[in-house]
Amino acid sequence: MALLQISEPHQSPDPHQRRIAVGIDLGTTHSLVAAVRNGVAECLPDEQGQVLLPSVVRYLSQQGRAIGAAARDAQTQDPENSIASVKRFMGRGLADIAQPERLPYRFVTPEGQGGMLGIDTVAGVKSPVEVSAEILAALRQRAEDSFDSDIDGAVITVPAYFDDAQRQATKDAARLAGIELLRLINEPTAAAIAYGLDNGSEGVYAVYDLGGGTFDISILRLTRGVFEVIATGGDSALGGDDYDTALADWLLAQAGRDAVSSSEKAALRQAARACKEALTTADSVAFHLELATGPVQFDVTRADFETATAALTARTLAAVRRALRDAGLARDDIQGVVLVGGSTRMPQIRSAVHEFFGRAPLTNLDPDQVVALGAAIQANQLAGNTGDDGLLLLDVIPLSLGIETMGGLVERIVSRNETIPTAKAQDFTTYQDGQTALALHVVQGERDLVADCRSLARFELRGIPPMAAGAARIRVTFTVDADGLLSVSAREQGSGVEARIDVKPSYGLSDDDIACMLRDSFSTASQDMAARALVEARVDADRMLLATRSALAADGDLLTVESRAAVDRLMAALEASRGLDDAATIEAATQALAKGTEAFAAERMNRGIQRALAGRNVQSV
Amino acid sequence: MNLNDTDFELFAVPAVFAQDRAVLDARWKELQREAHPDRFAAQGGAAQRMAMQWSVRINEAYRRLRDPLKRAAYLCELRGAPIEAESNTAMPTEFLMQQMEWREALDDAASTADIERLQKDVDAARAAALQRCAALLDEAGDAAAAAREVRALMFIARFAEDVDARLEQLGQ
Repeated sequence: MALLQISEPHQSPDPHQRRIAVGIDLGTTHSLVAAVRNGVAECLPDEQGQVLLPSVVRYLSQQGRAIGAAARDAQTQDPENSIASVKRFMGRGLADIAQPERLPYRFVTPEGQGGMLGIDTVAGVKSPVEVSAEILAALRQRAEDSFDSDIDGAVITVPAYFDDAQRQATKDAARLAGIELLRLINEPTAAAIAYGLDNGSEGVYAVYDLGGGTFDISILRLTRGVFEVIATGGDSALGGDDYDTALADWLLAQAGRDAVSSSEKAALRQAARACKEALTTADSVAFHLELATGPVQFDVTRADFETATAALTARTLAAVRRALRDAGLARDDIQGVVLVGGSTRMPQIRSAVHEFFGRAPLTNLDPDQVVALGAAIQANQLAGNTGDDGLLLLDVIPLSLGIETMGGLVERIVSRNETIPTAKAQDFTTYQDGQTALALHVVQGERDLVADCRSLARFELRGIPPMAAGAARIRVTFTVDADGLLSVSAREQGSGVEARIDVKPSYGLSDDDIACMLRDSFSTASQDMAARALVEARVDADRMLLATRSALAADGDLLTVESRAAVDRLMAALEASRGLDDAATIEAATQALAKGTEAFAAERMNRGIQRALAGRNVQSV
Repeated sequence: MNLNDTDFELFAVPAVFAQDRAVLDARWKELQREAHPDRFAAQGGAAQRMAMQWSVRINEAYRRLRDPLKRAAYLCELRGAPIEAESNTAMPTEFLMQQMEWREALDDAASTADIERLQKDVDAARAAALQRCAALLDEAGDAAAAAREVRALMFIARFAEDVDARLEQLGQ
């Protein structure tokens, strides 16, 4: 039975029930879901007691699919339809995939879906977003079974070095999986939360996070519950998978063999991975695999493995050096180094990091679980289940944002490692008489040429009032929110006219694509959609009514008599429609109340913040 | 307290050049603790947008206050002597001569040691200019003269970036 809680100023206006919020680590190799229960963060196991869900989705004909261990085990037998490591394809085009011919999948570039690649399976073409959504939906289901209740929201982690397209793709996957996303947070930051709260640490820490497909380095300062990221760096296409591939290549070269078919490629990768894992504890492993061209047989030593992968380890250390330089710190300034990600189990990584920092890295939390645990702690806090003295994350944008200017040059708008949320305004003008539209190309990266950066999106501003050339002054504001996602708004300064903006993401799905995928409704096919929608609509309606009532009780004086009457009318309408068996009508009435109280909510918020800031200043002066 | 307050008002510190970095750091975190969107995650879209505006404003102020060059430029502007770096490029001859010498030295530098020596010179010149700037703003009250120093400092900062880039190139 839920306990009654007493509302704190910063808590949600409807704290009468503890909200269930989970943390999800959507990993390249495997994924986890964790939650805070009885004050302790823990990973939620499946029915077999496993907390790791292999991030593999196998599509079967006839609508069916297998997710997790069953799909992973089918990779050799059905490589084309068993999609592993899909995280590496999120927000990416076909041209971004190094050596696609080495992977067993049939890649395509679907029409009209930005430039993000698709994978042709027996169940049709699947976007990486859909594949990820399957994994997220499986984890959501697991959490719902654990709590025997719907979940209210989730924090999902992403590599710190993920760019805007990769983050947006992750957010889209959450939406497809029917998950209310509370926040995207960076994996190393999540790990720092789990460690920081565990050890009560203060000072400057480095988090070295080598996962299945991504590498991140973050430098953080911890002071009294504030986690301030000073600098971050990494490589979003470097991880344990690459160590497998490097070992597989080395073995093939030693044996003078070649892997030809998809299933041979898949078998070789799996054998190399098993060999890598065995070398964590053994000094030498007997490798044996039969290929069509003959056997690959070899006694692999740890030193062999280290030699075969030395270039990869060196790449991670180069990124560490760059992050330290960005932070303006030396190696000695770092008080502790945390290892995160299953790939940091490799002995050569541990010794390389130890040698680089001159101190033994911290490994007392399970490197596979630590990210999900940190995400769960943050989710619990964002859901309003903790008091006022919780932790605060001040994270940064990993890569600079810029716009294309004359001659294919990049004009930098937001610099990397700037604390988010952040916004920058830039003024533009028209170059033709009567011009009413303006196109902007936004790129992400550190180089000076557009061609060397990553294209994020093309924005078309429309509805600029016609004026003489050069007379319009269009202020474009680039905002990066707390999820690290970019949005753009524009206003003509003279007339105050707000421009309409059409976004064409370079490697992303449009709202229409997602709506279409939602209609296909793969993740909820087994459930009674209509019944579920009705329940959800009523829950939303109740939440909105409760929030509005408590807002009126606290700050009703901000409203004029007329505005108050309008809000009362909307509330009465919602209460009336709530009794109907029609989700769409209830949703519409909830929306109407939300829209009708938006200005009121903004004023309340402003009052609250001003009161809080003023209070602080009086105290501290 | 208002989104249009000056950075100094927002951080409740005196509007002078000399600032204690530790105070700014602490105040930044205190302010973000009140206004960060994470504090309002459970409160819907309008609250999120408002929190974001405040949070963005606090970060903007912090970035400007903690960086001596940006802080000096901002103070000059508040005191009626805007920097206008694009339109105001006239610099004293001896300053330009020194810039040219530095550029030549950077082009001729063959080793990391050469560049590091140059870096030391640049750092010393920067520290001296900042000190003059501080005196002009906080003691003499001469914002126009301080703005001239700021413009010189902007040249120095750009050159220092090039030096860093060269060092990075050689380091790899």
